Order: sequence, then structure tokens, then C-alpha cells
Amino acid sequence: MKFESQQVAKPYFIFALILFAGQIIFGLLMGMQYINGDTLFPHIPFNVARMVHTNLLIVWLLFGFMGAAFYLIPEEAETELFSPKLAMITFWVFAAAGVATILGYLLVPYAELAHLTGNALWPTMGREFLEQPTITKLGIVVVVLAFIFNIGMTVLKGRKTVINLILVTGLIGLAVFFLFAFYNPTNLVLDKYFWWWVVHLWVEGVWELIMGAILAFVLIKVTGVDREYIEKWLYLIIALALISGLVGMGHHYYWIGPPAYWLWLGSFFSALEPIPFFMMMLYAFDVVRKRRINPNNKIATTWALGTATMAFLGAGVWGFLHTLAPVNYYTHGTQITAAHGHLAFFGAYAMIVMTIISYAMPILRGREDGNPPEAQKLERAAFWLMCISMMGITLALTVAGAWQVSLQRLPESGAMGFIDTQIQINPVYWTRLLFGSLFAFGLVLYFASFFVSGKTEGKTA
Amino acid sequence: MSERITKSMARNIYFGGSLFFFLFLIGLTVDTMIQLPERDNRDQITESVALGKEVWEHNNCIGCHSLMGEGAYYAPELANVFNRRGNSDEETFKRYLGVWMSIQPLQTPGRRKMPQFNLTEEEVNGLADFLIWTSRIDDNDWPPNIEG
Ligand code: HEM
Ligand code: HEM
Ligand SMILES: [Fe+2]
Repeated sequence: MKFESQQVAKPYFIFALILFAGQIIFGLLMGMQYINGDTLFPHIPFNVARMVHTNLLIVWLLFGFMGAAFYLIPEEAETELFSPKLAMITFWVFAAAGVATILGYLLVPYAELAHLTGNALWPTMGREFLEQPTITKLGIVVVVLAFIFNIGMTVLKGRKTVINLILVTGLIGLAVFFLFAFYNPTNLVLDKYFWWWVVHLWVEGVWELIMGAILAFVLIKVTGVDREYIEKWLYLIIALALISGLVGMGHHYYWIGPPAYWLWLGSFFSALEPIPFFMMMLYAFDVVRKRRINPNNKIATTWALGTATMAFLGAGVWGFLHTLAPVNYYTHGTQITAAHGHLAFFGAYAMIVMTIISYAMPILRGREDGNPPEAQKLERAAFWLMCISMMGITLALTVAGAWQVSLQRLPESGAMGFIDTQIQINPVYWTRLLFGSLFAFGLVLYFASFFVSGKTEGKTA
Repeated sequence: MSERITKSMARNIYFGGSLFFFLFLIGLTVDTMIQLPERDNRDQITESVALGKEVWEHNNCIGCHSLMGEGAYYAPELANVFNRRGNSDEETFKRYLGVWMSIQPLQTPGRRKMPQFNLTEEEVNGLADFLIWTSRIDDNDWPPNIEG
């Protein structure tokens, strides 16, 4: 570790992983409810479990991004963090607000929560992914502003690298587009139109900048390849991401009210969106092939290559699968969407956070030369288990979706109803649950790898 | 390819490209906003429709159902439930929805369960009006058939 203040990243990483475990527990619960609707009903209805699952996902990714920024921004800027104390305050405020909100979901009926938090005064609740009470949303804004101020001041007083500038741009974009969460007009079409300015412009816009910057940082560290070369690729990738992804948002405007020209615009631009993900994969492998150093932390490189690959599969391949309007007409809002959502979120964003953790955490724990081989071996097993079982979940949901489309959507007359279709598909949901359990096992191994100690072999850094 | 492109060219593509396409997106959004009143029938958003949207949000219906294909995939699409269960007739639909909400949760073992929300008559009526208004949005003829 180069700067003492990088240590503040550690609680962020640890807390992120704890929330990740919570996310998976509620995923498994929903997997069971899909098969047997009586599971934990009426104590935890499906909608509550889903809200906990997706909100924990978003919050742990944010903790991961913040940890990543606190680790890499001082190192890139070659200066201590502006205020480690502020970083710890934002940590505790964010953690407390997050835990309180999740407890609110679980302990009080949602309508009661809306009432208690005065949602009628400024209604923002009850929309997918944005279920948080308005007061929590305001808290998130305060935390994110304090965080951006902290890292922004650090960048300003230090060396301004391309990686730092792109990471900060991505984080500012994250904050700016989140503001659309506060706009919830009575007109459902307007509500939906700008809801996507949070969701789509995050995952297919500014988050790609964040992901690209973190990946570039780790690649420089584990391969020793020339910074100029990596930065050029980074610029090209994020350029194509925004060029395709901004108007690519049209793939959500086909069937929710906006004019028909979006069918063409959305299809054309979003069909280009896989390109930056493909480039990310190409360049990650290219850079590793050109490596000049061979550090003992081998598993961090595996994570970096894995992220680029799985992100391309989830966002690029599974995104393209249903993005053209004539296809999306039939697949919109089916299990195909869920298949893509899982592989894309996991492959791109969950994995980039685990990549930086795999690289930085050993250093933060005083293992400058990476974890001992026994720990890395376990982490490698966890890596493969999680990747393979997430592919299994995705393939199962893809089969479920195709089946659903053929029974419920394709027939022009005599189509099967929703619930009857779901009953038919049931065996596939068992497969999904099986892979879900395997995923949870992989996560347990991953956690266990943090507790394996042993002698670090070879040279010291 | 990468040999011929320099870093400063890449940077210019990034700045120029993203600025251009962001402005393009803004332009398209302005045009969409101009066209929307024709398509969303906003003149028909009554107080009851507004109440219905509030009830929809305060009970997190979107956590199980989809609405115009967005939301969750655990329970049926509801943007066209007015046509499916109400035969596109307001009277019929309101009677149906009143009964439906009051008999939840259904007792069939193993079936996916919908909670009992204890809504007032006015709230159910608002919910019905909200769903009726939603069903009339011009959505480029989605879904493909009545099953949603
Ligand atoms: C890492 C990047 C991405 C992530 C995390 C992601 C995630 C998601 C999620 C969670 C949804 C469901 C949203 C909802 O609940 O309504 C979704 C929908 C969708 N995504 Fe992505 N996505 C990514 C990239 C892409 C790309 C690159 C494409 C196109 C090539 C794409 C195409 C679509 C389409 C067409 C839908 C709408 C599905 C429907 O009609 O139901 N996505 N995405
Ligand atoms: C044990 C593993 C998991 C299981 C069994 C599981 C199950 C589920 C279920 C049943 C849903 C709700 C689908 C619906 O609305 O009907 C869901 C939603 C979602 N899950 Fe998971 N999940 C798991 C792991 C994950 C992981 C690792 C991620 C990402 C890193 C993830 C991201 C999401 C997202 C983004 C949604 C919303 C999808 C959409 O709106 O299309 N899940 N999950
Ligand atoms: Fe999108």
C-alpha cells in the first residue's frame, strides 16, 4: 500500500460483501417461492423479498465502487486522500441508512412504511429498484455528494491520470442521473420515460466508465503494461459505450408510450452496445498476453479476465438477444429479461467489484505480495463455481423464457394464460434453484478464502 | 486498428461522440415530449386515476406484477387486465377488481400468493381507473395477445 489513507477502502469492501450474502439469501427465497408460493407467506411476500434482493445488490455495488475509488484514487493521484475522516463518516451514515431501510422493508408492511416516511408529501416510492423511502433517497444523495467532494478534492490536489478522471466522471454521472429518482409525475408514461434515465443511463452509461476505470487500474497493476496503451483503449471503450448506449436507451421506449420512431433508433443504437463490451474483453486478454510482470497475486488477473468475459456474455450476448424491436415485442418482460439482468449485473458489476477486492484486499491486509497460494486456490474454486452457476441460472431462465414466449406470447389465439404457463415451466425453476444453491456454495467458499492463512511464497514486494 | 489511433484521437472521439449523442438524446426527448400528449391521453387523468397510481405505488404492486412489461415477472401483466378480465367494459372490470382484491390471498396450496391489502372501496375504484387509463396508452400495440 502506497498511502495510509487507502485503508478506508477496507470497511467498504467488507460491508459490500456482507450485503452480497444477504442478497443471495433473498434470491434463494424467491427461487423457492417461484416453485411453492406458500414459502414464508405471508411473513415475507415475494415483492418484499425482491425489493430486498435488488436493493441489497445496488447498495453493495455502490459500497464496492466507493471502496474502489478510495483505494485507487489516492494511488493514482499520488497523494493521501483529502479526508479519511469524512470517508469514515460517509461509511457509517450509508451503512446505517441501508440497514434501516432493509429492516423497514422486512418489519413493516410497505404501505405502512410509505405512510410513516411521508411518501405522499413527495412520492418517489413503489417503483422498481427505487423502492426506498424518499428520506433514504435524500440520504443517499448526501452521502454521495460528500463522497464525491472527498475524492474530487483528492484528484484536484494530486496527479490527474486518465483513470482518475474517468472514474470521477462516472461517479458524478451516477450522482446526477440518480436525481431522476426524485421525479415521479402522476402521468405513468413520463414516470417510466425518466425512470430509465436512472436505470439504463446507469448500467449502460456511466457505470461502464466506472467499470472501465477500475479494470484499467487493475490491469496496469497486474501486468505492468504501458499506461499510455491501456488509457487509449479505455478512451475508445467508453467512447463507444456512450455513443451506442445513450440513444440505445430507446430499447426501453418501444412499448411504454413514446412514438414509434424509437423502434428504429433503439434497435439500431442498442445493437451497437455489445461492441464496447467485446473490446473490453479483447483488450483485457491482449494486455495480459503482453504482460511485463508476473505478480504472485494470480487470482486478481483471473478475476479481471473473468469480468471482461462474463460482462460481454451478459450485457453483450444476452443483451443483443432481445434488444431488436421485433424480438423484444415477444420477449419483453419475460424470464428472458431476468436471464439477461442476472448475467449482466453479475458479469459486469458484481465481478468488477470482486476484481478490485481480489487485487486490493490482500494489500490492505498487509499481504503486499498477494494472498498465500492455499487461499488463492480456494478463491479460484469459488470464482469458477460462481461463474459456472451463474451461467447455469442464466441458461435455465433463458429456457424458461423461451418456453414462456412460445406458450403465452406467440399464439395469436388460444394462448395460454400467465399462471398456467408458469406451472408448465416449473421443472426449469427447479434447475434455477439448483444452480442458485450452487452459487451460494461458491459464495461460502469465497468468504472462506479470506480466512485461509499460510506462508506467502517467493519474493516480497 | 489500435496502432493507427493515438490516445489523443481516442480522447477526442470520447468527448466529441458522447457530447454529440447526448445532445441527440435531448433533442429526441424534446420531440417525444411534444408527441406524448396525443399518445398518453393525459387529459383523462382524473383524481381517481391519480389516487390509483398512489395506491399502486404504496403497495408495491410492481414487486410481483409487470405493468407495460416492466416490473417483476412473478405475476401477470396488468396494463391490459382491463381488457382481459373486464372485457374492456368499465362496469364489469370494476366489479371484477373489487371481488378479486377482497378474496386475497387465495387458499389454493402451493399457488403463488397475493397478499391482502385491505383497501377501501374508493382505493379499489381508483386502482381500477388507473389501470383502465393505462390500458388506453398508445404503446405500439403491445402485448402480442390478450394474455399479456
Ligand atoms: C452491464 C450492463 C447491463 C446491465 C447490468 C443490464 C441489466 C438489465 C436489467 C436488470 C434489465 C431489466 C430491467 C427491468 O427490470 O425492467 C435489463 C433490460 C434490458 N436490457 Fe440490459 N443490461 C445491461 C446491458 C445491456 C445491453 C448492452 C443491451 C443490448 C445489447 C441490453 C438490452 C436490454 C433490453 C432490450 C432490456 C429490456 C428487456 C425487456 O424488454 O423486458 N442490456 N437490462
Ligand atoms: C442464488 C442466486 C439467485 C437467485 C435464486 C435469484 C433469484 C431472483 C429472482 C427470483 C428474481 C425476481 C424475478 C422476478 O421478478 O420474477 C431476481 C431478480 C433479480 N436479481 Fe437475482 N437471484 C440470484 C442471484 C443474483 C445475483 C448474483 C445477481 C447480480 C449480481 C442478481 C440480480 C438480480 C436482478 C438485477 C434482478 C432484477 C431482474 C429484472 O428486473 O429483470 N441476482 N433474482
Ligand atoms: Fe438498457
